[in-house]
Amino acid sequence: MSEPSTDIASLSTAALNEIAACHGLADLDQIRVRLLGKKGELTNQLKNLGSMDPDARRAAGAVINAAKDTLTSALDARREALQAAEFERQLAAETIDVTLPGRGQTIGGFHPVTRVRQRIEAIFRQAGFDIVDGPEIEDDWHNFAALNIPDNHPARAMHDTFYFGDGRLLRTHTSPVQVRAMKNMQAPLRVIAPGRVYRCDSDMTHTPMFHQVEGLVVDENVSFANLKAVLHEFMKVFFEADVGMRLRPSYFPFTEPSAEVDISCVACSGKGCRVCKQTGWLEVAGCGMVHPNVLRAVNIDPEKFTGYAFGMGVERLTMLRYKINDIRLYFENDLNFLKQFN
Amino acid sequence: MKISLQWLSEWVDVGSDIKSLAHSLTMAGLEIEGISAVAPAMSGIVVAEVLETHKHPDAEKLSVCRVNDGKQEIQIVCGAANVRAGIKVPLATVGALMPKGMEIKKAKLRGVESFGMLCSAKELGLAEESNGLLELPTKLTTGQNLIDALRLDDTILEVNLTPNRGDCMSVLGVAREVAALNGKSLVVPAQSAVTATIQDSFPVRIESTGCCKFVSRVIRGIKPGARSPEWLSERLRRAGVRSISAVVDVTNYVLLELGQPMHAYDLNRLQGGLVVRQARDQEDTTLLDGKPIKLTSDVMVIADEKQAHGMAGVMGGLDSAIGDATTDILLEVAFFEPDAIAGRGRRYGLVTDASQRFERGVDFNLQERAMERATQLILEAAGGQVGPVQIVSSKVKTRSPVTLRHQRLGRLLGQPIATANVTAILNSLGMSVAHQGDQWQVTPPSWRFDLCIEADLIEEVARIYGYDNIVTTPAPMSQRLRGITERRISIERIAGVLVDRGYHEAITYSFTDPKIQQILFPNQPALTLANPISSELSVMRLSLWPGLVQALMANQRRQQPRVRLFETGRQFSSDGYVETDMLAGIVSGTVASKQWGEGTREVDFFDVKADVEALLGAAGSADTFSFDRAELHCIRVNPREYTAMEHP
Repeated sequence: MSEPSTDIASLSTAALNEIAACHGLADLDQIRVRLLGKKGELTNQLKNLGSMDPDARRAAGAVINAAKDTLTSALDARREALQAAEFERQLAAETIDVTLPGRGQTIGGFHPVTRVRQRIEAIFRQAGFDIVDGPEIEDDWHNFAALNIPDNHPARAMHDTFYFGDGRLLRTHTSPVQVRAMKNMQAPLRVIAPGRVYRCDSDMTHTPMFHQVEGLVVDENVSFANLKAVLHEFMKVFFEADVGMRLRPSYFPFTEPSAEVDISCVACSGKGCRVCKQTGWLEVAGCGMVHPNVLRAVNIDPEKFTGYAFGMGVERLTMLRYKINDIRLYFENDLNFLKQFN
Repeated sequence: MKISLQWLSEWVDVGSDIKSLAHSLTMAGLEIEGISAVAPAMSGIVVAEVLETHKHPDAEKLSVCRVNDGKQEIQIVCGAANVRAGIKVPLATVGALMPKGMEIKKAKLRGVESFGMLCSAKELGLAEESNGLLELPTKLTTGQNLIDALRLDDTILEVNLTPNRGDCMSVLGVAREVAALNGKSLVVPAQSAVTATIQDSFPVRIESTGCCKFVSRVIRGIKPGARSPEWLSERLRRAGVRSISAVVDVTNYVLLELGQPMHAYDLNRLQGGLVVRQARDQEDTTLLDGKPIKLTSDVMVIADEKQAHGMAGVMGGLDSAIGDATTDILLEVAFFEPDAIAGRGRRYGLVTDASQRFERGVDFNLQERAMERATQLILEAAGGQVGPVQIVSSKVKTRSPVTLRHQRLGRLLGQPIATANVTAILNSLGMSVAHQGDQWQVTPPSWRFDLCIEADLIEEVARIYGYDNIVTTPAPMSQRLRGITERRISIERIAGVLVDRGYHEAITYSFTDPKIQQILFPNQPALTLANPISSELSVMRLSLWPGLVQALMANQRRQQPRVRLFETGRQFSSDGYVETDMLAGIVSGTVASKQWGEGTREVDFFDVKADVEALLGAAGSADTFSFDRAELHCIRVNPREYTAMEHP
C-alpha cells in the first residue's frame, strides 16, 4: 500500500487543476460528487481511516481533512465564479435596445380647425357663454330677412349664396343661429354658435365651406364698451399674448354700430410684415350692437334689452395660431398635414 | 374706389401727411386699402419739342432728331416709329434718373451721338403698355419738368367702402368725410348756371313712382367726335375709367366728382318724348354693352314713343348711344329711388357705376348742380348751343327728423359723451340739429340714406368720436351656472376615443360628388344645389362616407400605406331637409404601422369592430348593443378610380 499522504497530495493537486479548468456548473458538481460525494475519492479515504492504527490515523486524518478543506473552498470559489459569469452572460443575453420604436397602435389627432373651435368654445364657456347650434340648410328669413337684409339689399351681393331649387339655401354665416337662439331662449342670453357656413366662392383665399363662431349677448344694459372688453380679453387669451386690439367702424345690416375687429399682427407684433400687409394689423372678426330691427324680429323689446354680437372665422384664427399659409390645406385631409397637429 | 389726392384737395384741405389722413379715414370706416403714387420716382424728365428728324445713316429703324429741351437744341437718336417734327414728347436728359433706377448717359448709337432719350409712357411707368413715344399736348411749355407739366405728383387712395356709404362714392363724398374728421370746412367750388343760348327742350314724363326727379337739357351742335381735354381724361385714368369721347367722359367725370350718375342720349335717335315707366313683361331692349335683354315689369326704363332706351339707373340703350357722328344730345340727370334700382342690374349680371350709386342712394338735391357742371364741361370740350334746364318732378323728397336720446346714447355705448361734443359731431356731418332737454331732433342730410333710426345716429357719433376712445368696460359676470348632465356624453369624448386609437380627424365638404354617392347609396335621392361650385361638389352628402372615401383615395395617391380617418358632422336627407349629426370612420392598410420584429397584416372587419365597440364602451353601454348583418354596398377603392362592387 502506498504512502497515503503522497496519494492525497497528488489527488488534491489533480483535483485542483480539474476544478480550475472546469467551465460549467454541472461539470463542477460532478467533480464535487466524485471527490466529496458519499462514494467520493476523499470520502473513501476517510472511510479507510478506521482500519489504521491510531497514530497513523491521526496523521492521515489531518492530511485528508486539510485536502478536503482545500478542495471544498476551491469548489466553492469556482462555483461562485462560474455563477457570477453565468449571471453576467444571462444579463448580457437579456439586455434590450430601449431606443427601438414601440409596437402597436399610434396616437391620432384632431383636425386643427376642430382644435381651434374647441379652444374658442372653452374660452367663452369660462365667461358664461352657452354653446348653441342651428341648421346648416336655412330659409331666406333666418339667413337674411330677420337679420335686416331685405331682398335686393347690396349686402346680399357680398354673400355668394348656395341655393336649392325651392329657395332654401346653405347658411352663409352663423348669424341665423342668433335669430333662432333669441326666438327660442328670449333675453337675457349669452351664447356662442360655432358651425359650418357656405359661400359660393373658391380660389386661393376662399373655400366654399368654412367655419364661423358667432357670439351673442342680450341683456338689459349690454354696451359697446362691454363688447370691446369681451373681445379684447378673448384675443389675449386665445393668442396667449398681450395683443393690441382696435375696432374699426364698418357695416353689417344686423348690427348698429358695427365694427371690424383688428388685432396687432401676431407674426410681427405690429411692426409690419407680409402677413399683415405691412399694416401691423390683422382683421380677425366683425362685431356690433344688435340692430333693433333684429331684436324686434324675434319679439325682444329693443327699448328694454340691448345686445352685442360678433362673428369670427375659425380658419382665419387657425391660420394665425398655427402659421398655416394656405387655406386649401384644410379640406384636403392629407395625413402629412393632419399629423402635424397631434 | 380710387380717389386722386389732387382732385380731393380741390374740395378740402387734406393736410400734408398722407399716412395720417389714410389712418383717420380707415378709423372712421372708410378703409384705405392702398396708397400709391401716380408716377414712380424719377427725375430729369422734361417736355421737349422735336424740331426735325432724319434717317440714321447706318440703321434702318433709328431716326436722328434735333430736339429743343427748353434751353438748347440737342441731338437725340430715337427708335420710335411715331417720332416726327412738331410733336412734344418727354425727354430724359443726360443725368436723368428713370423710374427703374437707370441713369441716362450720353451715348453713341451706331456711330451717331445721342444726348438723352425720348420716352414712351411705359418707360416712364405711366402705362402698362405703350405704342411709341408719349405725345404730349403741344400747349405744354417746352423745357418744363414733366412731373409738373402733367401734375404727376399725385397720390391715389384706394378706398374700400362698405355698402351703407353710397354717399362716399365720389370725390365730394370723401371730401365731406375728411372735412368732418379734420375739422376743416368743405370747399365747394362756385357753380354758376350756364345761360341758355337756344330754347330747345325735349318732352319728359314720369310714370313710375321710382323716379322722383328728371332733369334734362338739350345741347345742339357739339363738335362730332370731340375728345376730352388732357386734364380730364387724365383724371378719369387715375380713377380707373377709360376715356371714350368728350360727352361720355364728362358724364363719367361728374359721376366721379359728385357721385351723380347721368346719361347722354343722341337726341336725333329719340322719337316724340321720353317717359320714365316700368318695363312691360318680356319687353326687349339692347343695352350699351350690346347685349339684348328681356325686361320684367319691376324694372324701370327710360323710353321714347317707340322703345326703351336702357334700364333706368343701370345702363343706357345702344340705339340712342353717343357716337362719333353725334351733334345733338339730350343730357339726363335723374333721382331714382334706391328700391326701384336695387338688385335689378345684378339680375342681368350688371353692376355698373350708376347702379351701385343709385341703389345705395344719390343725394336728391344734387341733380341741378350736376347738370350745370356737366354742361359747362361739355361746352369746354365740344362746344354747342345750350337749351334751358328742364326739371320734371313727381315728388319732393325730404328727410324727416330722427330723435336721439342722450341717455340711450350713453347706455348703448357704455360711456356718456358730452352734449356739446355730440352736437358738434352731428353738425360736422351735415345734419341739422335741434337740441331740447335731453335729446336731439336730427335731420340727416339729403345724401345720407343710411341714417334712418336712432342707432344709426349713435354709430355716427361713436365713429367720429372714435371707437378707440370708448373705454373698455367688462360686464359683471352672471352667477348663474348651467346644469351638467351625465346622460349624454360629449362628441369630444367619443371622438377622443378614436383619436386615441390612431384615427386622424378629417373635415370634408358637406356637398359631394354625386357619382361616388350613387355608388354607395344607389337610388337614394340627395339634395342638389342649384348653383354648385362644380359638378363634383353638387349634391349634399347622404352620409359622411363619400367625403371620407375621397379623402382616403387622396391619401393613397400620396402613398400613405395606412389610413385611419374619422369625421363628425351633418348628413342631409332630401326628405324634409333633415340634418343628422353623424360620426363615421374609414380605415385602410395595415392594422398597425410598420413594426420591427414581427409581421403585420391588413386590417379586417374585426379590427374595425373593436374600434366601434370601444366607442360604445365609452358611451357606457357596450353590452346593450348587438351587431346584425346588414346589406352593404361596397366599392373597390384604388388610388385612381372607383368601381361599384356588390359584396357577397
